[in-house]
Amino acid sequence: MRIFDPHIHMTSRTTDDYEAMYAAGVRALVEPAFWLGQPRTSIGSFVDYFDGLLGWEPFRAAQFGIAHHCTIALNPKEANDPRCKPVLDLLPRYLVKDRVVAVGEIGFDSMTSDEERAFATQLALAVEHDLPVLVHTPHRDKAAGTLRSLEIIGASGIAPERVVLDHLNEVTVGLVAGTGCWMGFSIYPDTKMDPDRMVRILTEYGTEQMLVNSAADWGRSDPLRTRATGEAMLAAGFDADDVETLLWRNPVTFYGQSGRLEIDGLDASGTADSDSDTAAPAPAADALFAGNSVLRGVR
Amino acid sequence: MTTGNRATDDRAAGERATVDGGLSVDELASTLAARLTDAGHAWLTNAVNAVGGSADAIDQLFPAVRRHCGHGPLLASTSPAPGPGLRGWTVDEAARVLLLTVLPITGDTLVGTVARLYERGDAAERRAVLRALPLLDVGPDTVAIVRDALRTNDATLVAAALGPYAARHLDDASWRQAVLKCVFLGVRLVEVADLTRRADEELVRMLVAFADERIAAGRDVPPDVLDVVESFQP
Repeated sequence: MRIFDPHIHMTSRTTDDYEAMYAAGVRALVEPAFWLGQPRTSIGSFVDYFDGLLGWEPFRAAQFGIAHHCTIALNPKEANDPRCKPVLDLLPRYLVKDRVVAVGEIGFDSMTSDEERAFATQLALAVEHDLPVLVHTPHRDKAAGTLRSLEIIGASGIAPERVVLDHLNEVTVGLVAGTGCWMGFSIYPDTKMDPDRMVRILTEYGTEQMLVNSAADWGRSDPLRTRATGEAMLAAGFDADDVETLLWRNPVTFYGQSGRLEIDGLDASGTADSDSDTAAPAPAADALFAGNSVLRGVR
Repeated sequence: MTTGNRATDDRAAGERATVDGGLSVDELASTLAARLTDAGHAWLTNAVNAVGGSADAIDQLFPAVRRHCGHGPLLASTSPAPGPGLRGWTVDEAARVLLLTVLPITGDTLVGTVARLYERGDAAERRAVLRALPLLDVGPDTVAIVRDALRTNDATLVAAALGPYAARHLDDASWRQAVLKCVFLGVRLVEVADLTRRADEELVRMLVAFADERIAAGRDVPPDVLDVVESFQP
């Protein structure tokens, strides 16, 4: 099984997670810029965070044989903080970077007018920089937030196939299906969305324009929920090609619209579909960026 | 402990165009040209002309190099010969270095632009700035960039920082610490420019102490560490 996690916050995760993800078949991922649990109080905090998403974190991932990409944005929650709003002026210099494969996460948290302005501004930046968009749908009042998000996306003029609405569930998937936008699902270890419910949604809606992610971060979460979803699909009668479509081809297609995915030269073998004991061996320690193997080979 | 700074005492006029190992901008450009597609070559030619005409153009072009020119190894096959030069460079690094060498600015303006591109760069852009330093007429004024890279734990940045520019301009104490950091990060010491010439008794003492710690712990000592110690001639 070969996995591309289209939404995971590796900054919050340990090297044990990277090792377990590689063993489970994860070979590429996208880390969206989001909030950090602790509110930020200055622009400098964002600069260092964005620089980490483009510097240290890809280096960390590469040591474990995983290709790291990111999305950049002012997140909805901090769009309400006057100390953070000037981040919008910083974004253009980041949106031209390699491995920045979308604008995100943008969208709603509390459905405020400040959030709406930041949302629209950043949709315009996505159009200007020819990038896809990752839209976070709110945890509170999700259906209303999803509908309002679709209105703002429609008004922006961005092509719907360049937008994913994430954190959908049984109630909101039907609002997005048929709009041309992609549908994202975050599979958690608790009640928000689990692998078996995801399989029921896939049975009803199919795998087209569907993205499944772990959204693992600093909260209770599990970076291997993508793998668990693939296994639940196989157990429910989907075949290996369906799993490959959902967990690999779909994220490659969606984020590939940026022209900035760097997944050539990856070890694309993945792992056996049904037996997680046949874990892939850890990659060589010098498996750094292509052409930049400066390490001695043994740590 | 040794004092003084060998790094700054031998910089001669006219040295700017080459780095240790005889690399010149012309050689860089011709090596790069052989690795570019037609589209990549056309894009880079336009970019070189734009930056040569106006320094401000580099802010938008520098981040876009990799997407247009590629990011594979610069040399078709890895050279068995150790030492600096172009070994270990990537195509995007070479193309970005070329853009930096045509900036039509000098002095503090050039230093400021180079520092800004580093500060605002992702890891690949930062490596390119570090590679470019020995080819730019900036003297010791960009050594802060090298120091910043050496504070990271990114092995690719640390290796790129220890090119000929650091060999010439980094003070002895910082340079020794940087060499030792390579040992800890697992960076091959062949990546360190001018290692044999700059190695001194204090560095050898530090490397021997490192080896003693490893032996006491029952761990292997990397052979390139022993090579430096054994080949040292005071």
